[in-house]
Amino acid sequence: MEQSTSGTVATPASRPDYDMDIVKKFFTATVVWGIVGMLVGVVIALQLAWRPANLGLPWTTFGRLRPLHTNAVVFAFGGNVVFTGIYHSMQRLLKTRMWNDTLSRIHFWGWQLIIVAAAVTLPLGLTQSKEYAELIWPIDVAITLVWVVFAVNFFATVAIRKVEHMYVAIWFYMSFVITIAVLHIVNSLVIPATLFRSYPIYAGLTDALVQWWYGHNAVGFFLTTPFLGLMYYYLPRAADRPVYSYRLSIIHFWALVFLYIWAGPHHLLYSALPDWAQTLGMVFSIMLIAPSWGGMLNGLLTLKGAWDRVRTDPILKFMVVAVSFYGMSTFEGPMMSIRAVNGLAHYTNWVIGHVHSGALGWVGMISFGMLYWMVQNIWNRPLAYPSWASHHFWLATIGIVIYTVAMWAAGLMEGLQWRALDDAGRLANPIFLDITHRLNPFLWLRVVGGSMYLVGAVMMGINFWKTIRGPSAPAGARVEGV
Amino acid sequence: MSDHNHHDSETGYGRFHRRVFERKAGVFAVATTVAISVGALVELIPMFTASSSASWERVDWVTPYTPLEVAGRDIYVREGCYLCHSQMIRPMRAEILRYGPWTRAGEYQYDRPFLLGSRRLGPDLQRVGGKYPDAWHYEHMRDPRSTSPGSVMPVYPWLIDSKIDPADIAASVRALARVGTPYESTDEAWVAGRLQSQGATIVQNLASAGITAEWDDEIVALTAYLQRLGVEGRAHLANQGGDS
Ligand code: HEC
Ligand code: HEM
Ligand code: HEM
Repeated sequence: MEQSTSGTVATPASRPDYDMDIVKKFFTATVVWGIVGMLVGVVIALQLAWRPANLGLPWTTFGRLRPLHTNAVVFAFGGNVVFTGIYHSMQRLLKTRMWNDTLSRIHFWGWQLIIVAAAVTLPLGLTQSKEYAELIWPIDVAITLVWVVFAVNFFATVAIRKVEHMYVAIWFYMSFVITIAVLHIVNSLVIPATLFRSYPIYAGLTDALVQWWYGHNAVGFFLTTPFLGLMYYYLPRAADRPVYSYRLSIIHFWALVFLYIWAGPHHLLYSALPDWAQTLGMVFSIMLIAPSWGGMLNGLLTLKGAWDRVRTDPILKFMVVAVSFYGMSTFEGPMMSIRAVNGLAHYTNWVIGHVHSGALGWVGMISFGMLYWMVQNIWNRPLAYPSWASHHFWLATIGIVIYTVAMWAAGLMEGLQWRALDDAGRLANPIFLDITHRLNPFLWLRVVGGSMYLVGAVMMGINFWKTIRGPSAPAGARVEGV
Repeated sequence: MSDHNHHDSETGYGRFHRRVFERKAGVFAVATTVAISVGALVELIPMFTASSSASWERVDWVTPYTPLEVAGRDIYVREGCYLCHSQMIRPMRAEILRYGPWTRAGEYQYDRPFLLGSRRLGPDLQRVGGKYPDAWHYEHMRDPRSTSPGSVMPVYPWLIDSKIDPADIAASVRALARVGTPYESTDEAWVAGRLQSQGATIVQNLASAGITAEWDDEIVALTAYLQRLGVEGRAHLANQGGDS
């Protein structure tokens, strides 16, 4: 069938000459930055549980390392994993090599340089302060240029494709390439004061609205749509089943890209932003359940007939847990967008629990599943330590549960105690720190859960290292797929 | 392996989608751009037109940040204080009791970038101005546990030793003026003069508490910024006769 993801069985000699080197480059960068980003996550988690971990040095305090964590996990880990999957799957889906290898390499090295620049500037306190858009304006310019290089190469490759129809994964990748460009440019419009400092052209609540339009859609189009694209390619490959419903993928794709963009104001509920804008944000967020669950169902139902393998295959286990957490966080998100619920959740650790059920559960687990599948495929070797993949799965899953449950408990507790009044109508807990101190056990639990997650990722790194350096599969015997 | 149950793509909109969108990448890209633009335009355009003239965000009872306050604000950004402290009091009884009158849009009109924050690991600071004497902030930044036993806020002793640079701040003031903040002047001499005079008042306040500091210490600039937060709004709202 012309639109198949794997094509007819082809002998290695007749396979198109895909650029696998660029995939390996992004793959390696993913694993390295993933471990770095999660390590910084554990460090800042420790700082919140135990103040001396701030070390009393300017470049190691929480306020400077937290943006390093978010940038490292979202743009270094998340970005590289998405690029790994895109360069790998789009060449196969379109049956053509990337249009231009030099552009692929400029994209790769440019992106890594941007990450290094971020890792140097953020601890130095050079920041624009907008969450997920902290990097200073010269780096923003570099991001724009590298993105243009990527986009040109992406669309040119689509243009020279050898298949007639674009498979659903490509739709999701395309929405990612386009939307991130728009978001980045609009949110980065500033007037430079010096090489390191600038001021936005927007002020006050307008600036806040632009930022959260950006911020929410960074979640939507950086941590969601490209990962759904990965799900649509790698889950059917790993399960060896066709995607459950083609029509569902059409509806939920268009509904998702249309609805997501409206939801930003749910970050500004109860602010002085005009009511109509807050209401739009809330209503569209609630509607987002439908297309989000469309994606989840299409993923889970694709496993129809393969559930017996889910019990034994760690790759499928990672993917099933990922899609389930996707469903869970996209149910929780809309609930948290209801004004009254947000009144309780906003500003608390509950939001952090929500973030990490999406980040660790969905983004992290779908990535791990893909990486385990891919390492065997592109290096043509079996895993060095197959049982470690299982151990990683359990460490990560239990780690997420400990992390998120601790944060939900802490969030509810502080939310309720901040607002509690006594019989005379006075604050029941007038001293802020009293409440903070009661949260401490939960913050330690997060250190434990986060460390488990990190240890799993390190085991994955060692496993990949040994696999790649180990002997390849005997000639003629391909390990998986293709 | 095929990627879809093929039969369901042969009828209705499935067929249309295959024929038009999946075969023509240009059409697909334009349709995606349109889909993401609708919500963006509906929500953002009214904000831009509103903030350009006399509008819901403009009030005359809030003044721009002085050069020293700009310097302090830049330090607040550099240290990531906004990651632990919000600057937005919500219109809820408990918040008003704890932090003061809820925050009005106009109070942010000179905020570039905005610093509402999304977490409260520490208390809201939108109306912290005037809550404590200058010396309290000096001690608190040096070591938060000296004023707030058991605090989990990190220590910031380097703010006491580091200096602000008037030329650098003049560059900030010029950039802020370029985006529309009304400053009397933007030349370096004026900026340096304002820095010194406002700094001198704080140095004097610190001296009366037995602390020696100089007008160009970073801690002085940060204190100037913290001490102005929410003060004008509180005064205005009190005159209006409401506490909330
Ligand atoms: C890790 C989180 C954290 C960071 C980062 C942080 N703070 Fe705090 N801050 C707190 C906590 C907790 C309190 C409450 C206890 C106290 O008074 O120290 C507090 C209290 C304060 C107070 C007193 C508020 C009141 O109403 O009593 C001020 C002012 C303040 N911080 C300013 C700052 C500034 C300026 C920075 C950045 C240089 C900063 N904080 C960074 C957590 C933090
Ligand atoms: C090893 C695992 C991890 C640990 C221990 C960890 C820990 C933390 C901590 C302590 C914070 C700050 C919370 C606060 O302000 O109260 C944070 C924020 C954040 N983390 Fe992680 N993290 C981990 C992995 C990840 C991953 C893999 C991602 C994304 C893919 C991620 C995305 C984020 C984001 C987006 C925020 C900011 C949330 C917000 O502003 O509301 N984290 N993390
Ligand atoms: C239908 C889907 C979703 C909706 C409607 C939604 C809604 C929300 C809401 C209401 C908040 C809290 C804002 C606040 O009070 O401060 C929030 C925060 C957040 N969510 Fe979601 N969410 C969704 C899915 C996801 C997913 C899948 C992820 C991760 C992959 C995610 C990542 C985040 C992050 C990082 C934040 C913190 C932003 C910040 O304050 O820095 N969300 N979301």
